Amino acid sequence: MRTSTAARTGQYAALLGYLVFLAFPFLWLISIAFKPPRELASLHPTWIPENPTLDNFRQAFDEQPLLHAGLNSLLAALGAAVIAVLIATPMAYVVARRRGRLAKAATGWVVVSQAFPFVLVIIPLFLVLKNLGLINSVPGLVMVYVVWSLPFALWMLAGYVRAVPRELEEAAAVDGAGRLRTLVSVTAPLLAPGIVATALFAFITAWNEFFFALVLLKTPEKQTLPVILTHFIGAEGVADLGPLAAAAFLATLPSLVVFALIQRRITGGMLAGAVKS
Amino acid sequence: MTSVTESRRPAHRAPGPAAPRGAPDHGAWFLVLPALIPILVLSVGPLLYGILLAFTDAQSGRTEPTEWIGALNFQDLLHDTLFWESFRIGLVWAVGVTVPQFLLALGLALLLNQNLRLRWLARALAIIPWAMPEVVVGIMWRLVYNADAGILNETLRDLGLGNGHDWLSGLGTALPAVIVVGVWAGMPQTTVALLAGLQNTPRELHEAAAVDGAGAWRRFRTVTWPALRPVALAITALNLIWNFNSFALVYVLTNGGPGGRTRLPMLFAYEEAFRYGQFGYAAAMGCVMVAVIAILLAVFLAGRLRAASKGGDEA
Repeated sequence: MRTSTAARTGQYAALLGYLVFLAFPFLWLISIAFKPPRELASLHPTWIPENPTLDNFRQAFDEQPLLHAGLNSLLAALGAAVIAVLIATPMAYVVARRRGRLAKAATGWVVVSQAFPFVLVIIPLFLVLKNLGLINSVPGLVMVYVVWSLPFALWMLAGYVRAVPRELEEAAAVDGAGRLRTLVSVTAPLLAPGIVATALFAFITAWNEFFFALVLLKTPEKQTLPVILTHFIGAEGVADLGPLAAAAFLATLPSLVVFALIQRRITGGMLAGAVKS
Repeated sequence: MTSVTESRRPAHRAPGPAAPRGAPDHGAWFLVLPALIPILVLSVGPLLYGILLAFTDAQSGRTEPTEWIGALNFQDLLHDTLFWESFRIGLVWAVGVTVPQFLLALGLALLLNQNLRLRWLARALAIIPWAMPEVVVGIMWRLVYNADAGILNETLRDLGLGNGHDWLSGLGTALPAVIVVGVWAGMPQTTVALLAGLQNTPRELHEAAAVDGAGAWRRFRTVTWPALRPVALAITALNLIWNFNSFALVYVLTNGGPGGRTRLPMLFAYEEAFRYGQFGYAAAMGCVMVAVIAILLAVFLAGRLRAASKGGDEA
């Protein structure tokens, strides 16, 4: 389509505006993370640190158990991702291949689960996990994360199953392979990339999660990164800016990297889902 | 969710011989149970239990047994002006975030749908708000809004626009300030959903309209928007719910302050439950939130459906 020069200029100006809006908070976070205290106290802050330093990172590790929290986050996110995908894949297969009441109920649950406020679920969960002795434990948190990421995992995986041509399975069945055999040797390998993408997405959601972790984890040695990060902000909302920025920057890196890897798959899945629903 | 590939192969809707429609199949149950049991035990169960708790005087760390008190919590809630104030703030926040977010995301989606040079950069940057933990988003914007060391005030000083502001602790500025963060944080998802809708609009129609001499606005109104409406409707409804229920962002930014001006319903219910231990009362709050969300959604969807059926005539 032809577009006039004026319109083009307008489009680029708008795009530039969006780029600035999207980028500037993150650039500022990075800038603060590398600034020495003297520059942070300056009344005229600059974008680029004049004497960049890694002191904030060192201090962040000194002030809070970041390494330990990172390990807790890693355990919680890995556990949630692996278990969620393991139990969601078979169900997603059934939901995708059979258009019965079960498939409808599963889709309905995905929608409903997005709508209710977590406070209505967390109070009973808190009581149940307390009775099981699973409060203030990473395994307890993993249980919650698994269930919490199941609806979306089901949704994504069912989409990947539908993309596997049915004829392949039928051909295997004709060749005499049983149902399980067909699933394992024909369908599963074709699903592998989708399963990995779903697992990584579940990993990021759990890595970033805050509310359940805040409620369920009580002591610093059990807490995950997002909860530990809030400890940098004191009770009066006063924060030591440099270490806070450094810790926040570090906590973001894993999800940024993972997300960059699977971004196309997620947006692709979301595109298809949005178009079809 | 369905995949892109499937939409190109509608022929496979027909049931294959391997899985006859509706036939009893015990193997299927075997595959479903590993996911179904945890969902029922840890999600559906607690949800129902939560609704029951709303009718009790459950409290944390109390020795007397919990008693059934009927609708008493709801009666108390009716007179709890602080709760209704937080409810009002929640609605202002949900609409205040969702509407600008939708407009900005629509603009960005339209731009990204054009053949522009910096598209890849916008795509790459859009990953940041999407992938970031909400806690970090909150922390990051605290640094931006910081009265002395923040870049916002420094930029305003450079532009000669006053001496800066304490944005997050000002009674009048706190809610708008957190709303801006909400818009920023949720823009990528909305943009991607709308971009999907745009890529679904038939390009030929666009070209035909352009040949007929239709201007950009007319093309948008008659070709783009009708195709985009279902996606726009779905994403707006979801965004309203998500925003109304949001917690982490505002918890980190203001923790509900100053003076409760940004205390969203979830923050209120969280404090009630886990600071004051009033489990039953907090559960009642959750129930009211669900009920109001359901009603709002029903009204919203009914209105949109009526508009859609009317709009059908002109299309």
